[in-house]
Amino acid sequence: MSLLIRGAAPLGGAPVDVLLDGGVIAAVGRNVDGADADVIDAAGLILLPGFVDLHTHLREPGREDAETVRTGSAAAALGGFTAVHAMANTTPVADTAEIVEQVAQLGERAGLVDVRPVGAVSRGLAGEQLAEIAGMARSAAAVRVFSDDGHCVHDARLMRRALEYVKPFDAVVAQHAQDPRLADEHACAHEGEVSGRLGLSGWPGVAESSIVARDVMLAAHTGSRLHVCHVSTAETVDILRWAKQRGIDVTAEVTPHHLLLTCDLLSGYDPVYKVNPPLRPGADVEALRAALADGTIDAVATDHAPHAPHDKDHAFGEAAFGMIGLETALGVVARTMVETGLLDWAGVADRMSVRPALIGRLPAHGRAIEAGEPANLTLVDPAGRHVVVPDSFASRSRNTPFAGLELPARVVSTFRRGKPSVLDGALVTAVPA
Amino acid sequence: MSLGRNLLSAADLSREDALGILDTAQQMHSIQTREVKKLPPLRGRTVVNLFFEDSTRTRSSFEIAGKWLSADVINVSAKGSSVSKGESLRDTALTVAAMGVDAMVVRHPASGAVQRIAGWVDCHLVNAGDGTHEHPTQALLDAYALRARIGDLTDRHVAIVGDIAHSRVARSNVLLLQTLGARVTLVAPPTLMPAGVGSWPAATSWDLDSVLSGKAHGDVHAVMMLRVQRERMAGGYFPTEREYATSYGLSPARLDLLAEDVPVLHPGPMNRGLEISSLAADSARSVVLDQVQAGVAVRMAVLYRLLAGADLPVLDGANA
Repeated sequence: MSLLIRGAAPLGGAPVDVLLDGGVIAAVGRNVDGADADVIDAAGLILLPGFVDLHTHLREPGREDAETVRTGSAAAALGGFTAVHAMANTTPVADTAEIVEQVAQLGERAGLVDVRPVGAVSRGLAGEQLAEIAGMARSAAAVRVFSDDGHCVHDARLMRRALEYVKPFDAVVAQHAQDPRLADEHACAHEGEVSGRLGLSGWPGVAESSIVARDVMLAAHTGSRLHVCHVSTAETVDILRWAKQRGIDVTAEVTPHHLLLTCDLLSGYDPVYKVNPPLRPGADVEALRAALADGTIDAVATDHAPHAPHDKDHAFGEAAFGMIGLETALGVVARTMVETGLLDWAGVADRMSVRPALIGRLPAHGRAIEAGEPANLTLVDPAGRHVVVPDSFASRSRNTPFAGLELPARVVSTFRRGKPSVLDGALVTAVPA
Repeated sequence: MSLGRNLLSAADLSREDALGILDTAQQMHSIQTREVKKLPPLRGRTVVNLFFEDSTRTRSSFEIAGKWLSADVINVSAKGSSVSKGESLRDTALTVAAMGVDAMVVRHPASGAVQRIAGWVDCHLVNAGDGTHEHPTQALLDAYALRARIGDLTDRHVAIVGDIAHSRVARSNVLLLQTLGARVTLVAPPTLMPAGVGSWPAATSWDLDSVLSGKAHGDVHAVMMLRVQRERMAGGYFPTEREYATSYGLSPARLDLLAEDVPVLHPGPMNRGLEISSLAADSARSVVLDQVQAGVAVRMAVLYRLLAGADLPVLDGANA
């Protein structure tokens, strides 16, 4: 079956017709003949390469009450994603070939997005001994991103060895940069005026930037690829800018929530705003937007972190960290980067698809919209202003900080391997909750 | 004038509210010297002391306060974090509320926990100390004891000394003393100052001697010493007890820097020899036991004003 997308604007440019056939883009041009094709009227819509999330928590195996590979895949497809990287902090931890293959298979079975497992850097995320990185890299899941996300690889020797060890596989170490020695075990907020007033134990910004400073030097020393997860401070941005100027092979991501929300929201002690790294002051938010605009930060990554309600129904300091973000990512990026004039739609495609696909080594994603390229695509309505309604989410969880917020653009349809996973804002195949 | 439904923060209190509570407390205080101490106004009302953290003095103080107002007082100990017990804070709070209580007095080791509970239950709530955030009734009883000793607090200068960063007593006192028109200077080593303290309505100093002598921020009219937990040494906040006591303890020599009528407060329990010398603790300046006595009266006033609602009660006999 072939599919003709009529009148869509690739990257926001001049409208064209795009014919999908056999999993690839068969033709691009004006008045493409799609005699037998199903036709999708895309007038007024923007066609982008399908989004690639470098940072997703799908919770399976272990916490299927919060999310499964299937429900998380559905949320991703509705958010315009065609590939997601499933973080390793599951139960059991994804630190062996068996677990990453299981997650990849669950993703294939769900069939909505490419689910790319992330392997743990250290066994059990304990930060002591390397996990079986080669085994995961050589497995059927062909892991290319390794991360102890949720924990910082804070031991310098282990970080050095990890950076060296991944080299034969062209893999990247994705660091959750946060020195645990610069905060106490109760840290749950940005250390500053708000945490001091509220009596919340804080992480200072320097807990992040000092690890990034060390790691870019280790990356330079080892000649390895380093990726910095969820950058949250202006100082980290400065270090990244310096490292990139020196030619150090470092990339970085920022979450939609760190592009929009500030630590002032903590005043009501609502754990929906509790996230790691924490929400920072407005000056950091401004620096992150500027860094994403100028490319110092390469990618938007959601850090989609589903939690069951009973893990959030606690005092702030005792509630779980994290917020969901797959189904709101595009809208938040449109609000913070497009509406503000910091990025055009080609820029959005670059930061949400092209660069994350390069970092994750996903050759079928983040490609140009040209004949012969794999048909992983997303249709966006740039005028699709809407209010966030959590109960409409496909995610099994509801811990979004954006409930009730108006966002300026929305995902209309998503195409994976030439077939629609989402049409007109709805999943093509019903996904059992 | 009426207090809101809850007392969660000293910031909830207007000057009028605070003075109203302190006036009511004065009436309550007078019955503490009577042979029969019970008053009837909360008869048939139920107050639960829901304590997620050990506390002998605060819990006893609230218990006596409730009982002297004829409320049925029940103590529920929920020690250990709700997370480790597997029950959410919401479930614990709803369970207690479902028993038909009129007020909950809550102590919790996590900052903001009482404010969270306020979003889930309909009964009155009193914050009896939440983590390192606030302890509003402590600030009220401190103000009560202070007023009894030095009168109106307008333009009076209070030094608060010790582990400000981790002190709910300090946070509530800064807010309430500001509301009552007093000036506050916070004294601590840099490691025990809260982040962002520059935006607080208080002066700060690392040098206790210059503050007590009045050289740093003018004459001091009261000194409040805070408890310093020995665990802070392990966290690297200060090296040894000896060095802390030398730099920030209220030693006999430092006592001599103060004018004779300057009272010394301490919320207890005291670490004698660490933040306060025995000479200071037992001197005529010490109002430590006045604070404890004021605690019952102030908590009676708070419970009365929240639960009975009216301005001045049928307390005619109380003035006797």
